[in-house]
Amino acid sequence: MPLDNVVFWVFAPIAVASAIAMLVQRNAVHAALLLIVNFFCIAVFYLLLGAPFLFAVQVIVYAGAIMVLFLFVIMLLGVDRGDTLRERLVGQRPAAIGLGLALALEVFFAVRAGVGFAAKAPVGFEKVNAGGNAQALARVLFRDYFFPFEATSVLLIVAAIAAMVLAQRKARAITQAGAEAAGRGEVA
Amino acid sequence: MRTPIAYFLVTSGLLFAIGTVGVLIRKNALLIFMSIELQLNAVNLSLIAFSRMHGSLNGQVLAFFSMVVAAAEVVVGLAIIVSVYRRTGSVSVDDVRELRG
Repeated sequence: MPLDNVVFWVFAPIAVASAIAMLVQRNAVHAALLLIVNFFCIAVFYLLLGAPFLFAVQVIVYAGAIMVLFLFVIMLLGVDRGDTLRERLVGQRPAAIGLGLALALEVFFAVRAGVGFAAKAPVGFEKVNAGGNAQALARVLFRDYFFPFEATSVLLIVAAIAAMVLAQRKARAITQAGAEAAGRGEVA
Repeated sequence: MRTPIAYFLVTSGLLFAIGTVGVLIRKNALLIFMSIELQLNAVNLSLIAFSRMHGSLNGQVLAFFSMVVAAAEVVVGLAIIVSVYRRTGSVSVDDVRELRG
């Protein structure tokens, strides 16, 4: 058995099992930690598929920054007490699980019909990644996709401003309370 | 690489289906959001698998952009969840019903 097959069969069950465990986990912090396990498994798949730069980005951005933000919000709001399991719509959960299974089966048959389980990846990806994956990716990114790349920088600035605007309510309330206290002649 | 590309695509489909079920059955807005992240990652995995299959880097660039957009989306989404929590004192999607018709 070739080595990359071994790596795949070690990490694919971990990825699927951690995703299912996240699904049934009542505690939000545990769910976030299981999602980090899942992201690391997906990062290993990126390495197998010849994308070492995206492996690093996945570990730094997803498993690092995004999940830390999630854990920060979970602990800030103190909502790790668990989820209510009461259903508001009758039969929603069985219907959702049935439809999810149908979706998974549909993807399976679509992949079998469209790609086929015998098809190996073509050789010669080293030629595409010539000079290293990061350099090759930078070449494509800054030549063919330069305008979308600049557009994402605008998007990130807008997102940062939006987060500040959405989160600033408390600061304004505090200054308002301070102004009222000063208006009444109270000593702050 | 000897592993068939289809294995990665089926794994990606499974993770996407699990994420979909998570969005449909969970009540906690944060857990719904985490399930959406799982779906985004599943799609990134299939993009990179197709990029390997076709021997081109365009799929990897698209996955890179999708990560950037996901980072922006997480920032705004979590800020919305925090402000909903300040307003209603709960992150359960069943308790947010001001716009209910």
